[in-house]
Amino acid sequence: MRLDAKIPAGPLPQKWDRHRFETKLVNPANKRKYSIIVVGTGLAGASASASLAELGYDVKTFCIHDSPRRAHSIAAQGGINAAKNYPNDGDSIWRLFYDTVKGGDFRAREANVYRLAQVSNAIIDQCVAQGIPFAREYGGLLANRSFGGAQLSRTFYARGQTGQQLLLGAYSAMMRQAAAGKVHLYPRREMLDLVVADGQARGIVARNLLTGEIERHAGHAVLLCTGGYGNVYFLSTNAKACNASATFRAYRRGAAFANPCFTQIHPTCIPVHGTYQSKLTLMSESLRNDGRVWVPKTPGDKRRPTEIPEAERDYFLERKYPSFGNLVPRDVASRNSKEQCDQGKGVGETGLAVYLDFADAIRRDGRATIAKKYGNLFQMYDKITGEDPYTTPMMIYPAVHYTMGGLWVDYNLMSTIDGLFVLGEANFSDHGANRLGASALMQGLADGYFVIPATIGGYLAGTRFADVETGHAAFADAERQVSERITRLLSVSGSRTVDDFHRRLGLIMWDHCGMSRTNAGLAEARTLIRELRTEFWKEVRVPGSASDFNQSLEKAGRVADFMEFAELMVIDALARQESCGGHFNEAFQTEENEARRDDQNFCHVAAWEFTGEESDPRLHKEPLSFENVQLTQRSYK
Amino acid sequence: MNKTINLTLKVWRQKSRDEKGRFETYPAQGISTDMSFLEMLDVVNEKLTVEGKEPIAFEHDCREGICGSCGSMVNGRAHGPLKGTSLCQLHMRHFKNGDTLVIEPWRARAFPVIKDLVVDRSALDRIIQAGGFISVNTGSAPEANSLPVPPLSAEKAMDAAACIGCGACVAACPNASAMLFVSAKVSQFALLPQGRPEADRRALGMVRAMDACGFGNCSNHRECENACPKEVSIVNIARLNREYLHAGFVSHER
Repeated sequence: MRLDAKIPAGPLPQKWDRHRFETKLVNPANKRKYSIIVVGTGLAGASASASLAELGYDVKTFCIHDSPRRAHSIAAQGGINAAKNYPNDGDSIWRLFYDTVKGGDFRAREANVYRLAQVSNAIIDQCVAQGIPFAREYGGLLANRSFGGAQLSRTFYARGQTGQQLLLGAYSAMMRQAAAGKVHLYPRREMLDLVVADGQARGIVARNLLTGEIERHAGHAVLLCTGGYGNVYFLSTNAKACNASATFRAYRRGAAFANPCFTQIHPTCIPVHGTYQSKLTLMSESLRNDGRVWVPKTPGDKRRPTEIPEAERDYFLERKYPSFGNLVPRDVASRNSKEQCDQGKGVGETGLAVYLDFADAIRRDGRATIAKKYGNLFQMYDKITGEDPYTTPMMIYPAVHYTMGGLWVDYNLMSTIDGLFVLGEANFSDHGANRLGASALMQGLADGYFVIPATIGGYLAGTRFADVETGHAAFADAERQVSERITRLLSVSGSRTVDDFHRRLGLIMWDHCGMSRTNAGLAEARTLIRELRTEFWKEVRVPGSASDFNQSLEKAGRVADFMEFAELMVIDALARQESCGGHFNEAFQTEENEARRDDQNFCHVAAWEFTGEESDPRLHKEPLSFENVQLTQRSYK
Repeated sequence: MNKTINLTLKVWRQKSRDEKGRFETYPAQGISTDMSFLEMLDVVNEKLTVEGKEPIAFEHDCREGICGSCGSMVNGRAHGPLKGTSLCQLHMRHFKNGDTLVIEPWRARAFPVIKDLVVDRSALDRIIQAGGFISVNTGSAPEANSLPVPPLSAEKAMDAAACIGCGACVAACPNASAMLFVSAKVSQFALLPQGRPEADRRALGMVRAMDACGFGNCSNHRECENACPKEVSIVNIARLNREYLHAGFVSHER
């Protein structure tokens, strides 16, 4: 396996133009002869499906939901960044590029990130034309707000439902093409394997989730737009159906998996409230603008928060980071909350929470002002917890939110398998070791609307395709393996449920490969994962049959893949003997407890090649060179 | 404060579209009042699985009230008793110890039952295909600020666009009409200048598709807006009627 990022030559601002000029084109009349398979209908998948169909390609689009409108992009709240500089506050493509590279702790490719910033403006134009009701100023022009500690306002938003509106925009564009017969929709289908014939990705094997039928679908290229792997932790802010199976199966077929240990933990989520809990809910980061984070000074103090006098409270972020206080970046805030809870100072019934207190802000600004700023968030909190944040402090705790790692792709978004392209959160390309707020929506739509339509033509025009139909041996082979696995899952007939195993896996990952990692803990996690995997295949109970609508079977397949994938995350975390962004190894920190990078030895992308179930994956390194930005150390004291 | 309650569930069980369904009774014991409704179903399902029975099939995904996957009738009310709340955001503290909950799938001719509480809502996607979009190819959009939109129009459009496509409006309507759903999409675009060029075509096309899918018509019961977890208003239905009449009488599209 050779990693060639195919970054175009020339100065950074001209690379994308130059690349588009140098890329071969497919004649308009020939486009319909190419059939493209798109898996997933989040922002990346829906925007790619629509845009490719508009160009004339024959598109087949698959999703696991009943409708392609439900992918988890829909839950994004805050907004989408673009370098429009409408507020005239000094923004530019270069600044958005720089902020993203720095925010990612210098572990992303310069050329990819610059392109992302370049196309960001066209995304806003496209979304407005689609009728997305963005917030507006009195004069009718678009409003912007600041986000995630950025020093300027570059975030466009539609109330707290930006992801929903952008996704419905892309979905509508795709449905227009479906009505025109150019996108063929396959809802309630789960991709269970990638079909590689003669070294090219030529199709997928999918399960019809209604009938259980195993289907073969052939095409000239396959686009995976299947999102991230945050659900490996069981509890995360991801939707329940989010899974890593498509990308993991592609990895097993030869696609390198890059930086799997890069995960993002969001500090302001509603804490876990019981062992039955099924998922976590994010509260917007903006709350930390006015809320003060604290815990009792004495471990085990179980008094009600209002009964704890000021002198017995520890406002630990303000104490440790006097200049940034409660506004330190996501990873720093998360790690510090965990540290307090580990010392027994956590609050609430589980002891896994810290207070976020608005009492001072309400006293200072008045209840009405606070209600105007955060009313909807307070209401949501009240709905879930039954507590009123105006009178009693909120409780928050960090939760897994986003995964920066993903399948390795080159500048064209093609993986190490010819013809297999990976878009959105499923690839690794743009966020390095940490993603900035309001950048996920930008990347998903950049990949789908503007990057893939330009790059896929180059592959199709420059490739000779053998005649591979669904009768090909590669399809038969993949289908056989998929069927055997389903039979195996159903035949274990043990005594423990799939969720039971998933929870235990999640706990191992959270404890040892979460916010804060140690070499000993990671090594232990590897053993624990292997033991759990063995137990899973002996003890799991999957009710029902293979030939109907069987949600337990769906879950079982996904959890079985997570059991293998989790080990890859741990291996990657162990190999990266530095701390950077979301990957924090306790052995590598500055005196201020910040992540200490090792640019001498780890300024690279770690791409892992599958070598077999019984052998360790092989590491390939893509060196990262920074010609346009200076590598610096973050400090928030 | 954390406390637990015991409930009796009467749940609609139906193996497949063509088989006859029936109510089955299950105890739900020791349910924490902090649980969401779906977490309560998870607990019942875990128990059924361990006992060797088939768990209750129900649709869900984001569990934060935005994806529109979940939804059942709870004691005859779509998404349960709490206003402006989808089933996943309904918490068990709103029920009392000893309550009996009757849980059924959405009932509508256009939403055939797939299994237990899961129904086929693909008709809503077919309605969107009939005009729920603005025809603009990727790349051909003008500069975003070249078209000012009055903030009030944008706000009203956003109110309508908040629809999550869950189908509760259809389930709550005595006519099983999808008018609230259709009107939300028609209104969003009718209120924005970008949507005007295709407004007539959209209103006619989407209403025709709704009829073809087997949904009923609106007779102003207002059950839909009462059940809607996003509180989409029937003002949108009035707007749809105006758009539809205008298109039907004076447009070239008729």
